Amino acid sequence: MATRWLPILWRLVQTIPVVIGVVIISFVLTRALPGDPAVQFAGQMATPESIEQTRVALGLDKSLPQQFLIYCKALLQGDLGRSVATGRPVLTDLSTRLPASLELTLTALVLSCLIAIPLGVLAAVRQGSWVDHLCRVLVTAGVSLPTFFTGILLIYVFYYLLGWAPSPLGRLDFVYFDPPRVTGFFLIDSVLDGDLRTFAGAAKQLALPAITLALFTLAPIARMTRAAMLTALSSDYIRTARAAGLTPRKVLFGYAFRNALLPVVTTLGMVFSFVLGANVLVEKVFAWPGIGSYAVEALVQSDYAAVQGFVLAMALLFVLINLVIDLSYTLIDPRIGFSSK
Amino acid sequence: MSSFNRRAFLASAAGAGMLPFLRVLPATAQTGDTLVTVFGQTINSLDLHRSGTNRASYQVAINCYDRLVGFGAKQLPSGEMSYDYDVIVPELAESWTISDDGLTITFKLKPNATFWDGSKVTAEDVKWSFDRAVSAGGFPTVQMRAGGFSRPDQFEAVDAETFVVKLDYPSKLSLPDLAVPVPFIINSAVAKANATEDDPWAMEYLHTTPAGSGAFKVMRWDQGQQLVYERNDAWVGGDLPAFQRVIVREVPSAATRRALVERGDVQVSFDIPDRDASELADKLTVHSTPIENCIHALCLNTKFAPFTDPDVRKAVAYATPYDAIFESAAYGRGAKLWGGDTEITDTAWPRPFPYTTDLDMARAHMAKSGYPDGFDVTLSISLDLVSWMEPAALLIQEAMAEIGINVTVDRIPGANWRTVALVDKSLDMLLENFGGWLNTPDYYFFWAYQEGRLFNASNYSHPMVEELTDQTLHMPMDHPDYAGLIKQMFEIVIEDLPRIPLYQPALNVAMNGADGYEFWFHRQLDARPLTGAGA
Repeated sequence: MATRWLPILWRLVQTIPVVIGVVIISFVLTRALPGDPAVQFAGQMATPESIEQTRVALGLDKSLPQQFLIYCKALLQGDLGRSVATGRPVLTDLSTRLPASLELTLTALVLSCLIAIPLGVLAAVRQGSWVDHLCRVLVTAGVSLPTFFTGILLIYVFYYLLGWAPSPLGRLDFVYFDPPRVTGFFLIDSVLDGDLRTFAGAAKQLALPAITLALFTLAPIARMTRAAMLTALSSDYIRTARAAGLTPRKVLFGYAFRNALLPVVTTLGMVFSFVLGANVLVEKVFAWPGIGSYAVEALVQSDYAAVQGFVLAMALLFVLINLVIDLSYTLIDPRIGFSSK
Repeated sequence: MSSFNRRAFLASAAGAGMLPFLRVLPATAQTGDTLVTVFGQTINSLDLHRSGTNRASYQVAINCYDRLVGFGAKQLPSGEMSYDYDVIVPELAESWTISDDGLTITFKLKPNATFWDGSKVTAEDVKWSFDRAVSAGGFPTVQMRAGGFSRPDQFEAVDAETFVVKLDYPSKLSLPDLAVPVPFIINSAVAKANATEDDPWAMEYLHTTPAGSGAFKVMRWDQGQQLVYERNDAWVGGDLPAFQRVIVREVPSAATRRALVERGDVQVSFDIPDRDASELADKLTVHSTPIENCIHALCLNTKFAPFTDPDVRKAVAYATPYDAIFESAAYGRGAKLWGGDTEITDTAWPRPFPYTTDLDMARAHMAKSGYPDGFDVTLSISLDLVSWMEPAALLIQEAMAEIGINVTVDRIPGANWRTVALVDKSLDMLLENFGGWLNTPDYYFFWAYQEGRLFNASNYSHPMVEELTDQTLHMPMDHPDYAGLIKQMFEIVIEDLPRIPLYQPALNVAMNGADGYEFWFHRQLDARPLTGAGA
């Protein structure tokens, strides 16, 4: 058993230089950005003295190396610093906002996969048929419509005109209470609490933004599935399998699909990390309290600790996702192993 | 806020006659007890004195805390309701007297005023709160100084209900400055109990947990999402608010906010874009109030050539397409600040300058100037304020080409804007939107025309303006010399034109199912006077 974990441990050790690099770069970059936080946070009316007072209060009067040492020391103790804008520890901010983004992104991706993968497979099997054309239209529409546009359109139709969707007011309508926090995912927490009403409320709120994001992520997944399936279907082992008289079902799902999954999973990982940071626009339209809008706010206000914390969290998440994807490779294709690094 | 207690909330919901056995409140909150409002900004602290607290958060100081005094209300000529700068009314103070030399103000507190925890509001609490405001540094300290309050030893709690303020000089700004959101009264016993050695003013605690005596308590705060106010039935600061509960939701997207208020799912959409205001005006009640003492201006940096040349500045003023800017940047909301009378007969401010779009005059001034062949210049705008700055800048660019000035528009990211525009004052030509809280022309001049002040982005400096501003800043407005001095100041800056007023912007509020809105200089929603529709 220990030997199975060793390669994973080794992979984790390999990420340490990456994280150190991210810490240094995020620190230097935030300082290199134009904009003076002391001016920003000195308030509406400011005098040179009050700006100076603010600078001292924020610890920005110290030299850069000194600031960096203080930052690193705190980081080693698990302290990401305090966001000036929200007045809370960055860790608290991230831990409330990251689950909101993850819940939205994961739901959208699951939804997207449920549609895109069968669609891609069908499009590859029945090349040139109506399914293939439908796939093409959906994919083109998905990428060409910006998410904020789709979002506003969906709100207009399903909330404003039809009244089917609830008010686009974030994760839960104000008539509900947040479920007791376990995972931070409202859907899961409300079920754990046995509160189906809140679950339904959260699911309703989630529907439109998740569909918006799903439409956007549909394209790469469907295209990749189609392409990978086409390659797999035209390869030698499929011809052999067919010649050996295996059922079409066995050929399609047992051999072709399994081999096609590798690039699809890779794409999924990329899409996931991309969407998590990039769904700011969806968050804004649906008043979703996610990590994207938090990062943008922080950046606009030169809120150093918050920006650094965000970059670091995203980097760690990337590392984690890559690890999970690599692990899933070994499950999908036994020929790939960690030991042969 | 984790301290929020579900059971207590349900009990109160049941008490208020709502469905008692649901784990949720009734789906439509329009039961008459609850008001739902949305706005596009985010409340980042419940304590105005903390450094880093943003403007949107000032509403907590207004709705949850009391000051010694407040402003009265008046009806504007347009029919809109507004606060009244000229009438100071009691809030926590029952009465006050000003000594004959104007140096001592003695306040008597209302004997029945209590904080939310039931303890009595004493002069000691007032002293502690004022000490905090002048010592905290940053914005509160600057604002306190505007009224002449700069040191803790100016405040004295004589007995439980008598509070004395000593001034270094008499000022007409002192009493009004006690009615702005900054000098709010904190429950000092609660605050001190949560103060630490490093944090003697309990900034940490009050940031998330207000302790006041105001009309509303904070029932719940989900940072970045919503704030829920609940009425304090023991409030003595004024008439009890009509709503039991006010929910403030943060919705960044203007399109979403518009859909919400149009559908009637929220009753108030606060601070909506000018465009939405003009389009919604036929369907809903839309209040558009020109913001007092606020001017959207084109600033010309008088330290840099070619704007050192007064004829160039005049040429720009005559070439500016005021009408087009007012229509496409402000959608006709607000007030016009051009085409005024040449003769100054009153001290109204902001006032229309006597310039209009007149290309012949503009060309004549250009020809007279040191730059008859024109020049190249950069007009800077803030990316945070593109909604009005972008259309205005493009129209100015187009118009300046007519008189040979080749304008390049530069968009500066919000994080950097204040540094380059206001602190370094290094921009040649820029758009600016300063508005003063205290509604007197001299206060505007203090911030925007005196040398070295933050909002003097034009680097303007004129010995007479310096002197006149200093002279009038604390002078009572009914002083016989006041009007004359103010007119002199007006004449100089109208002639010198470091700032060319474009228009006075409006604060727009859409209401669907609520009434009783009052405009306030602080540009935040005062939830206290709001009522249901038709009430």
